[in-house]
Amino acid sequence: MADRRVMLCLAAVLGLVVAFWMLQGLPSGQARAFVLKLRAERLLGLLLVGISTGIATILFQTVAANRVLTPQIMGFDSLYMLMQTIMVATFGIAGFSALPTGVKFLGEVGVMVLLASILFGTLLGKGVRDIPRTILTGVILGVLFRSLNAFVGRVLDPNEYAVVQQASFASFSKIDASLLPVALALTAGGVVAALCLSSRLDVLGLGRDPAISLGLRHQREVLASLAIVALLVSVSTALVGPITFFGLIVAGLTHGLTRSPRHAALLPVSAMIAAVTLILGQLVFERVLGQAAFLSVVIEFAGGLFFLFLLIRGRIR
Amino acid sequence: MIRISDLSYRIGKATILRDISTELPKGALTALIGPNGAGKSTLLRLIGRLEPLQTGSVSLDGADLASTRTEDLALRMAVLGQQTAIASRLRLRELVGFGRWPHHRGRPCAKDSAIVDEALAGFALGDLADRFIDEISGGQAQRAYLAMTVAQDTDWLLLDEPLNNLDMAHARALMCRLAELVRGSGKSVVTVIHEVNYAAAWADHVVAMKDGRIVAQGTPHEVLTSETLSMLYDTPVTVGTHQDRPLILHHV
Ligand SMILES: Nc1ncnc2c1ncn2[C@@H]1O[C@H](COP(=O)(O)OP(=O)(O)O)[C@@H](O)[C@H]1O
Ligand SMILES: [Mg+2]
Repeated sequence: MADRRVMLCLAAVLGLVVAFWMLQGLPSGQARAFVLKLRAERLLGLLLVGISTGIATILFQTVAANRVLTPQIMGFDSLYMLMQTIMVATFGIAGFSALPTGVKFLGEVGVMVLLASILFGTLLGKGVRDIPRTILTGVILGVLFRSLNAFVGRVLDPNEYAVVQQASFASFSKIDASLLPVALALTAGGVVAALCLSSRLDVLGLGRDPAISLGLRHQREVLASLAIVALLVSVSTALVGPITFFGLIVAGLTHGLTRSPRHAALLPVSAMIAAVTLILGQLVFERVLGQAAFLSVVIEFAGGLFFLFLLIRGRIR
Repeated sequence: MIRISDLSYRIGKATILRDISTELPKGALTALIGPNGAGKSTLLRLIGRLEPLQTGSVSLDGADLASTRTEDLALRMAVLGQQTAIASRLRLRELVGFGRWPHHRGRPCAKDSAIVDEALAGFALGDLADRFIDEISGGQAQRAYLAMTVAQDTDWLLLDEPLNNLDMAHARALMCRLAELVRGSGKSVVTVIHEVNYAAAWADHVVAMKDGRIVAQGTPHEVLTSETLSMLYDTPVTVGTHQDRPLILHHV
């Protein structure tokens, strides 16, 4: 099958990029082990962000039945950041912020999955009939969450406000290593769950009526998919901050490369494309151009242009 | 047999269906007719569990709709709604292949692809099998959805205005195919039909609806009379006969 060949090629490219990332310009002697460990940590972070962004976008587009939305455009990541701020604010006194980062992270992701499933489940559960209205709702929700987040942050602690603002720009070079073990476990869980659902996702992609006629429990599958999306977006937002349009590029490339819309192919292909793009981009910017913080800006810019292109071309399905 | 008891349905304050109780015979082609907005689609969608029941109950060959697993229902009835728009970019063969999903749930075998080929051929889609559904005409897409519904291979087929977008030849071919499914393979078909002459020519049982109520039901000869149709559509209608079937002259 053509899709199998695409997957094998991508896996080979990913392997090459990973090897290059780990081994290029490695110093000898004492420093070697240290550099290797540092690179492995960063690599794991980029892999997790790539995989979770790719899979979350494909899942979300299937549930929302269109190809221009990403969970971030619909405000998933700003909801996560708002919730994070509020949780720190309310439980801060009770020692919530003193908990180990991993445990705190787990708590935040749990609340996020619950909130996002309820909120976006009601919004998308009946099947999206009016796509422009859905996009608009999402954009407004995103702005609402972001401003609420800034507001709460300012009220809480004006000194800390700078930190909040700092955190609302994505950066691929300052990944918090202490989050990695939990992030790895969560991403693995999300990916396995998505792959298990893949055949049902194919049916879900037909739309509500045909899916129900074929015996799919539509509402339940929508909620399950949104819960996985919320989980994966939380992971990538916690690791690198909000990235709005990256998923759009990944999903666009995925649909371009695969021939059939089967999720058993779409999901792994999107995960690998995203991982390759991030690692390669970071390699170029960090080691060739020496401007580490720049990649997120370029990706967002390219993704934003792609978004405009899709809208102008009227390809909103 | 589909048994409908005391079925009512409202959207907001509007009552769409009022106290409908009836039985739709098994092994027959049933036509649902009535003016626009009579509630035909709503009734069909409720039977097909596309909308949740509010009051009343529906049973399908003795199985209560509310308490039977939806996976099992998909093996007994297939529903084709009035407006189908498929979001995924699929080839025709893949689309029709989804009709087999309730049987294999993701792991198709040789028998499934044989049935898909048969369904494609049955709706004269063999040549288009590798085309994308957004690259064919409305009538061809309609036939593809029908092929998918037939490939589901269920005892019951519920169709909402399947003749939409079909030209004369394909419309007749479809009715012929449905009649053949009923008489040859023992299936039961319930279909909403806009053009009463198709009901007159092919149906075994006709149910006429108006304002959310059933106003007449029975054989075509019993229901499709000048009196009933004139009342149903609020317009004078003449009924003649052609080959022992009613022939409705409503266009002159
Ligand atoms: N979403 C809705 N909100 C309010 N009224 C509706 C809705 N959908 C359908 N209706 C009303 O329900 C009635 C029955 O509709 P429908 O079952 O589609 O009729 P038919 O298929 O017989 O033309 C119509 O009067 C229609 O206006
Ligand atoms: Mg209708």
